[in-house]
Amino acid sequence: MMAGRRRRLSPLAREDRRDFWLFLSPWVLGFLCFGAGPIVASLVLSFTDYSIFRPPQWVGLANYREMLAADPLIAKALWNTLFYTAFAVPLGTVCALLLAVVLNQKVRGLSVWRTVFYLPAVVSGVAMAVLWRWIFNPEIGLANTLLRPFLRLFDLPDPKWLLDPVLAKPAYVLMSVWGVGGGMIIFLAALQGIPKHLYEAAEIDGAGALSKFRHVTLPMLTPVIFFSLTMGFIGSFQIFTQAYVMSGRGVDNSTLFYVLYLFEQAFRYFRMGYAAAMAWVLFAIVLVVTVVQFRLAKRWVFYAGGEG
Amino acid sequence: MNTVGKRRSMLGRAVVYALLVVLACAMLLPFAWLVRSSLCDDRAVVLPLERLRDFVPPTLHPENYPAVFTAIRFFRYLLNTVVVTGGVVVGMVVSSSLCAYAFAFCRVRYSRIVFYGVLATMMLPGVVTLIPVFILFRELGWVDTLKPLIVPAFFGSPFAIFLFRQFFLGLPRELIEAARIDGATNLQIYWRIVMPLSRPVMIAVGIFAFMGAWNDFMGPLIFLNSESNWTLQLGLSSFMGQVANQWNLLMAATVMVLVPVLVVFFALQRYFIRGIALTGLKG
Repeated sequence: MMAGRRRRLSPLAREDRRDFWLFLSPWVLGFLCFGAGPIVASLVLSFTDYSIFRPPQWVGLANYREMLAADPLIAKALWNTLFYTAFAVPLGTVCALLLAVVLNQKVRGLSVWRTVFYLPAVVSGVAMAVLWRWIFNPEIGLANTLLRPFLRLFDLPDPKWLLDPVLAKPAYVLMSVWGVGGGMIIFLAALQGIPKHLYEAAEIDGAGALSKFRHVTLPMLTPVIFFSLTMGFIGSFQIFTQAYVMSGRGVDNSTLFYVLYLFEQAFRYFRMGYAAAMAWVLFAIVLVVTVVQFRLAKRWVFYAGGEG
Repeated sequence: MNTVGKRRSMLGRAVVYALLVVLACAMLLPFAWLVRSSLCDDRAVVLPLERLRDFVPPTLHPENYPAVFTAIRFFRYLLNTVVVTGGVVVGMVVSSSLCAYAFAFCRVRYSRIVFYGVLATMMLPGVVTLIPVFILFRELGWVDTLKPLIVPAFFGSPFAIFLFRQFFLGLPRELIEAARIDGATNLQIYWRIVMPLSRPVMIAVGIFAFMGAWNDFMGPLIFLNSESNWTLQLGLSSFMGQVANQWNLLMAATVMVLVPVLVVFFALQRYFIRGIALTGLKG
């Protein structure tokens, strides 16, 4: 049967099939070496005690047991990361959406505004972290310089931001909102893709600006909102550079984010097995949350014109 | 439209512009603060601002910038960063465009399914593979060289493949068909027809690769030990640890690390914005 079908393939189709895998081979190789292979290796390593200087020792579930029962910093790191994600991602999405809606009001000089709002998103890495550490400096930073006149009105002390266990994480959220430009551009493109006739139809039905937003704009944007929430979650759950540069573990471990702790376990204490177990827990969390997000998406994400 | 309605819409526009101006100031203020700090002397930079006009420092100190060059080996780090970034840009454009060609032009039944598989790997948290990849490069003896930062880019990235594929699907089909009828192989079509038409998406992917490599911190932090191999991000991070109160120098160094990114952004903004806008669209 197969042989018969194979013979019926034209030479062109056969060439196409060969070339498909040939052209795709970089990705296939890369996936094996840097994706699938390491994921499996990571799982195996997570059952071992491995310091890279001595060969790995099988320890069964000991690493996972330690994470659950003997290492309070795991729960702390998870909590810090969830806190940051739970505020930064929705807030970032809402701000990006609102900014895009405002810019979509046929404003003059759109490209200039767009550049200005996007600019912060270009700045990332250590430079951004150094800048924000400086901004949050309690005595001489920009944040308190701006706030001080208002704080003095009410006789309030200067907030210590990154040095305050309560305010440190909100400070990170604030910083993340500064970079909403990327999301804004995506929303802006999506807004411009909404067909005009939908709005015209709504106007004929007597819809005002708000109800047009609620019944036309928002449903049409749900796929992009979903994309932004999903990718935002995966990204912010892995916050590392900012934490490493700005405050490290922070006061009372208040900014010990999950990947920062994983990095410490792996490359400071050389506990590769334990870090691999941490990585797998992270993988499981991201997987579960993503699957749940996709499940829930069926209820609220609206695809005009169906799949495809 | 009656006058009341007109006045209301005028008011609405005024509110929109006022809002935009306030937000734009909020967005730009950190940059202004950065530049201001980089031009202060080391006393003014740590003085709390009492009056608004002190925002412009009483005396400007552009010599902070050359001072950075004596404080850290800026050009050494710059050279390493340029090597890594250049390698990553070339690797990602070449490999991802090849992979995307397979999805866009090779007519095989399972193309779409494989493509979704590639996209799904975008959701893989990079941290999960970190430790085995580190061990792999360690076994290869590549730790403390620039190779672990460059070589992976030659194996394509899902996001770049996605961008290339979207663009390729928009190319005129007849061109490719005509070339096939003339007996051109896929490799010839890729090199002679598809790539010369793909400048915009090559630039967009190139910019993303550039930004990613230039700003990468965790990779260099893990793989590079010797100071002479450091990238700018590592150099800046370590400089921060040693400057003590010379925030002005640190800010000058920060500006210099940012400037190339900003230059690329402003020069190629069109492609950049179009590329980002593409990411939200499904294919």
